[in-house]
Amino acid sequence: MTKESLKKENLEETVDIRAVDGGGWLYSDIVKDHFFNPRNFMHYGEEEKFKFNAMGRVGSPACGDEMVLWLNIDEKTEIINECRWRTFGCGSAISSTSVLSEMITEKGGMKLEDALKIRPQDILARLGGLPDRKVHCSVLGDKALQAAINDYFRRTNQHARVITAGAKIIDEDLHITDKDIEEAVLEGVKTLEDLQKKLKVGIIKKDSIPGIEELLRFYREKYYGV
Amino acid sequence: MLPKVKNKRDIYLDHAATTYVDAQVFKAMKPYCEKYFGNPSAIYHIGRESNGALNDARREVARLIHALPDNIIFTGGGTESDNLAIYGVARANEKNGKHIITTTIEHHAVLYPFEDLEKQGFEVTYLPVDEFGLVKAKDVIKAIRPDTILVSVMYANNEMGAVEPIAEIGKELLKYRKEKNTVFPYFHSDACQAAGYLDMDVEKLHLDLMTVNGSKMYGPKGVGFLYARRGVKIKPLILGGGQERNMRSGTENVAGIVGLAKAFQLAQEKREKESKRVGELSKYLWLMIQEKITRIKLNGPELDGDRLPNNLNVTFMDVEGEALLLYLDEYGIMCSTGSACTSTSLEPSHVLRAMGLPYEYAHGSLRFTFGHCNSKADIDYLMKYLPDVVETLREMSPVRMCESAHAKFKK
Repeated sequence: MTKESLKKENLEETVDIRAVDGGGWLYSDIVKDHFFNPRNFMHYGEEEKFKFNAMGRVGSPACGDEMVLWLNIDEKTEIINECRWRTFGCGSAISSTSVLSEMITEKGGMKLEDALKIRPQDILARLGGLPDRKVHCSVLGDKALQAAINDYFRRTNQHARVITAGAKIIDEDLHITDKDIEEAVLEGVKTLEDLQKKLKVGIIKKDSIPGIEELLRFYREKYYGV
Repeated sequence: MLPKVKNKRDIYLDHAATTYVDAQVFKAMKPYCEKYFGNPSAIYHIGRESNGALNDARREVARLIHALPDNIIFTGGGTESDNLAIYGVARANEKNGKHIITTTIEHHAVLYPFEDLEKQGFEVTYLPVDEFGLVKAKDVIKAIRPDTILVSVMYANNEMGAVEPIAEIGKELLKYRKEKNTVFPYFHSDACQAAGYLDMDVEKLHLDLMTVNGSKMYGPKGVGFLYARRGVKIKPLILGGGQERNMRSGTENVAGIVGLAKAFQLAQEKREKESKRVGELSKYLWLMIQEKITRIKLNGPELDGDRLPNNLNVTFMDVEGEALLLYLDEYGIMCSTGSACTSTSLEPSHVLRAMGLPYEYAHGSLRFTFGHCNSKADIDYLMKYLPDVVETLREMSPVRMCESAHAKFKK
C-alpha cells in the first residue's frame, strides 16, 4: 500500500487510511519521515535571531490546524533563501509544512513566481499521497505560503502584486462563500446534507440550493475526481 | 529531539475501545466452536448440548443483572442492542407518543438512531450535561412530556468516564409513572462501559432496558445482549427463524454467548477488586502527568468522583491528538484521542464539546483506559516518553493558549 502510493503514476492519488495493514504505517514513508524528522521548523527562541521579511499564518487551533510560515526572501533576485515554520495539527499537517519548506528552499531556493505556482496537489505528490480527509492539510500549507508571500509584497510596498482570492457569496444571510464550500469539501463533506449540517447553508434560503449543489460537485471533482 | 526507543514494549491503554479475550473465556468457548457446534434448534445431541449451553448462559447473565432469563435477548453486540432498544421501542409504541429523550454525550450507536428517528417524525430532546459530563435527574424529569415514550441515558461514558446517576433517574421516572398512572416513558441505558466496574443490578438501577456487550469486558467481539423488562413492548429489527423469542432472529452465536456469559461472570466477580486496582493506576498516571508536564487539563469528573476507575482523559494544550498518538505508537503505546483528526468526520469529540470544552481543547485530548493487563510499570514506561513527545510537538506548534507559561525548550 505504502510502497504503491510512491509509484509515480499514483502520486496524486489519495490513500485509504484504513487500507493499511498492521505492518505498514498510516501514511506514506515520506510523510512518516517528515513527521518524525521535521525540517526547518522554528525552534523556540530562534525567532529573535532568524531574519525574515515575510510571515504568513493560516488556520486556527479551533479548526484543528494552524500553520505559521516565515520566509527570508532575497529582494533583488526574489529567491526564497530560507524558510521556518510552526504547525499545530496532525501528522499530515506537520509533514505537509515540512515538505513545503523543503520544496521552496532546496537547490538554492525557489523564485517567488515559481513558489506562487505551487498547488496543494504538488505538496500531495511530494508526500506520496494523503488520505482523502487529510487533503485539506496540504491545502493549508499552500495557503500559508500564499499568505507569507502576500505579506512580503506588502512589506516591500508592492501592493499591486498582492494576490486576493475572490470569494463569491453564496448565502447572504450567513455570509457563506464558495471558499467555505471548498473548505468543507476538503474536510470530507460529500453530500448536501453533510454540508447543511456543517454550514447551515441554504436552509433558510432554499433558492440557493442548486448553486450550492453545483459547487459541491465542482469541488468534489476537483479534489477527488468523483 | 525525541528519545530513542529502548526495550520497546507494547503498552495497551485503550481498554474502553475493546479488550482481548480472557484465557478462561476462550477456554469456555472452545467446545462450542469445535465439538458442540450444533444449531440449538436441532433435536440431536450436539444441538441439545449447544441449546443447554445457551440456556445456561442466559440464566447466568440474568442472575448477574438480577433479572429473569427471558428478559435477556442476545444480540450481535452493543450497537445492535442499542438500535434494538431504541428503534424497537419507538416503532412498537409510536401510537402512544412520538417524543423521545437522550443526552448529548451518548455513543453514536444511540445518538444516530435518535437522529434518524427525528427525521422520521419523532421529536427528540437532547439533555445537556455539566462541565464534568454529568446529567441531572431533575433535567430528565423536566424534559418529559405526556407523549414521551423513551428515555435513554448511558450508564458510564466511554470518553471521559462520567458515571451517570442512573439509579436516581430511574427512581424519579418510577415516581413520575406512578403519579401519572402510565407505563411510559421506558428507561434504557447503554451500560457497555460499566459492566466491568459498576453494579449492574437492573432492579437497583430501575431500568426497563439495558445494553451490554462482550468486547469491553474480555469477552468476544460481535456479541452482546439487551435486557428488556417483561411487558416492555419492542419491535424486532431482524426477522427470520424466530430465535430469541422472535426478538432477534438468526442462529444463535452459541460460542460467543457462552464467552459473553463467562466474561460477564468474571468481570462482576472481580469488579470491586479490579476497580480499586485500576483506580490506583489512573491516579498514579494523573499524578505523574501533573508532575512532569505543564499546561494540562483533566477532562471529566474528578478521579475520586463519579468516574469509571479505569479512565483518564487529559488535554495537552497547544498540541494535536493524532500527532501525539502517532508518536506514542512509535514507542508501542496505544491510547486514543478526542481530536477530529482520527475520526472520519473532522469534528472533534461531541462528548468533550457537550461538556463545554472549546474545540482547541478537544483536539489535544488523550484518553488512557486501563485494564487487566496493565501495571504500574506500564505507566512508568509511558512517562519515560510522554513528556518528550508533548514537548517536541509543542516546540513545533505556533499555538500558545496560555502565553505566560512558555514551553521551555530542551536542547
